[in-house]
Amino acid sequence: MKMESSDKVKYVLWFAQEHVNFRAADIESVASIFNIEVNYHTEISDVPYCIVELPSEKEAHLLASRCISLRSVLELWGHGKTNEELHNSIQQTPKDRMYPHFVSEKSFRLTVETFCKSLSMKEKVERIESFSYLPIEGNVNLKDPDVTFYLLEYFGQDSNNIPEQPYELFFGRWVADGQRSLIQKLSLKTRHFLGNTSMDAQLSLLMANQAKIVPGSLVYDPFVGSGSLLVSAAQFGGYVSGADIDFLMIHGKSRPVRPNQKVREKGESIKSNMQQYNLSSKYVGVLVADFARPLWRPDVRFDAILTDPPYGVREATFKVGSWRGPDIKPIAEKHLPHHIPAKVDYDLQELMRDLLDFAANHLCMGGRLVFWLPICREEYDEEKSLPKHKCLRLIYNCEQVLSCHSSRLLLCMEKVKEPVTKEKTPPAELTSTTRFRHRYFGGKEQKE
Amino acid sequence: MKLLTHNMLSSRCIKGVSVGYPLKISAKNVRLVNCDFDTDFTVRIIQKLDWNALWEAAESVGHADDIPKNLSDIDDYDKNDEFLRKVHHVVLEVEVIEGELECPETGRKFPIEDGVPNMLLNEDEV
Ligand SMILES: C[S@@+](CC[C@H](N)C(=O)[O-])C[C@H]1O[C@@H](n2cnc3c(N)ncnc32)[C@H](O)[C@@H]1O
Repeated sequence: MKMESSDKVKYVLWFAQEHVNFRAADIESVASIFNIEVNYHTEISDVPYCIVELPSEKEAHLLASRCISLRSVLELWGHGKTNEELHNSIQQTPKDRMYPHFVSEKSFRLTVETFCKSLSMKEKVERIESFSYLPIEGNVNLKDPDVTFYLLEYFGQDSNNIPEQPYELFFGRWVADGQRSLIQKLSLKTRHFLGNTSMDAQLSLLMANQAKIVPGSLVYDPFVGSGSLLVSAAQFGGYVSGADIDFLMIHGKSRPVRPNQKVREKGESIKSNMQQYNLSSKYVGVLVADFARPLWRPDVRFDAILTDPPYGVREATFKVGSWRGPDIKPIAEKHLPHHIPAKVDYDLQELMRDLLDFAANHLCMGGRLVFWLPICREEYDEEKSLPKHKCLRLIYNCEQVLSCHSSRLLLCMEKVKEPVTKEKTPPAELTSTTRFRHRYFGGKEQKE
Repeated sequence: MKLLTHNMLSSRCIKGVSVGYPLKISAKNVRLVNCDFDTDFTVRIIQKLDWNALWEAAESVGHADDIPKNLSDIDDYDKNDEFLRKVHHVVLEVEVIEGELECPETGRKFPIEDGVPNMLLNEDEV
């Protein structure tokens, strides 16, 4: 028999149609965690399927064991733009790859899944019958089959313009599901302790993957808030710690955020969240601290830094200081026990500079910093709007659109060099970021 | 505050303090918590620890008997299960709930409340 393509097995990465911009980073990061060589036959795009070649099924399971954007992985047995092409391609698939799954001892199910179109029962049955030439000997078992075959039909994404025939068809055997179930498991709806800026479970998990957190990673969030990023990091085996300037938040005494909750329950805290998910063993601890000041022993190295810095939109962005500047009078002894430190505005550009300097100093070589940056969409310019550091390399930049004017970018940077001097980098001019704040507070009339 | 956190923490936040390490612990209330033992993590974390600071911290909270004063006294520690379990216990299971941390240079005290050190300074100290 003449081999058409390479004899490596092809798989379909079947994505959930959510946070589409984050797919490629999710797959690539997980592939890099497990050192998997993925050979892409089609690009990762907004289409929910991508054909890849993997060394073996083991790698398919590994990808699925961590990827959040993946719905499932299928072993690809047929692919085409028309029914005819699909069936031809199935017939060219080596028999020894398919037939072991057709034996009488294995119960099976064939599921038809369409994208952007729903089929009637009759249409589905017709589709299923078109596979009757396959010598499947097992019994049908819809509930708990030994093997599941999928026919996927893609009708595009324009629900106002659904074609008669699909654009693309895929047929294959189910191998594994991705980790979508973690999104439910860690959902904020059932989270014990919540803050008003808690990050939702899905994005937190995507961040943990981009940060390449693995069992035993030492992880830090310098703007920890209610600790939502620590939850996802610990879920993947990271040992987590964090700090926040907000004493009440850290002590679970900030105002409750659930609409029907008047007072916080006793014991609501980041620690109780870790207990909720049985992750207490991964909890190192949190501190009350101002990020603008150094905190750690200089040679402390984290494997990953995950954070959602304050933008000054839903929460204050400040640091300890006085508007009088450095020459203030010392606070009288008798006032000290009750003194609440005065705070000044923490400029976002300065904060970003501090964050990148911090990461350059306190990440292990190859460690990743994953953080959010708000932008004004019209003024965004890849060159000018992104913070930079000579010791950090930008790996991913994934946009989450918030409104027609604003977005936030999830930036992933990797430490590539140890900093030589202790000097501070001057704050970068991040054009679209400062404007983001003005725009948010000042309204539209800010526009020049 | 677990001793792992203490081992990494300094008081460099204070104006004029350049080392601020290690912080002196005075503990009013120490609690033992349970953490699953993890060989790989423990081996890796030992490489990141300042051993002298760990030993002193363990001593100040009454757990110095758990670990040797010098790491060099232990041969092939990465294969010594009993030793690794002890280190794991000291860094992750001993927690200071109430007490104070003291800057070794200025004597500035930082309270620990409900297990959380408060490293915030006043505006005249930054
Ligand atoms: C966007 S929120 C992070 C929310 C967090 N991801 C969570 O799960 O709740 C930003 C946090 O930064 C804190 N923050 C603001 N200024 C700070 C500073 N100078 N140092 C440390 N934390 C600060 C705020 O108190 C707030 O909790």
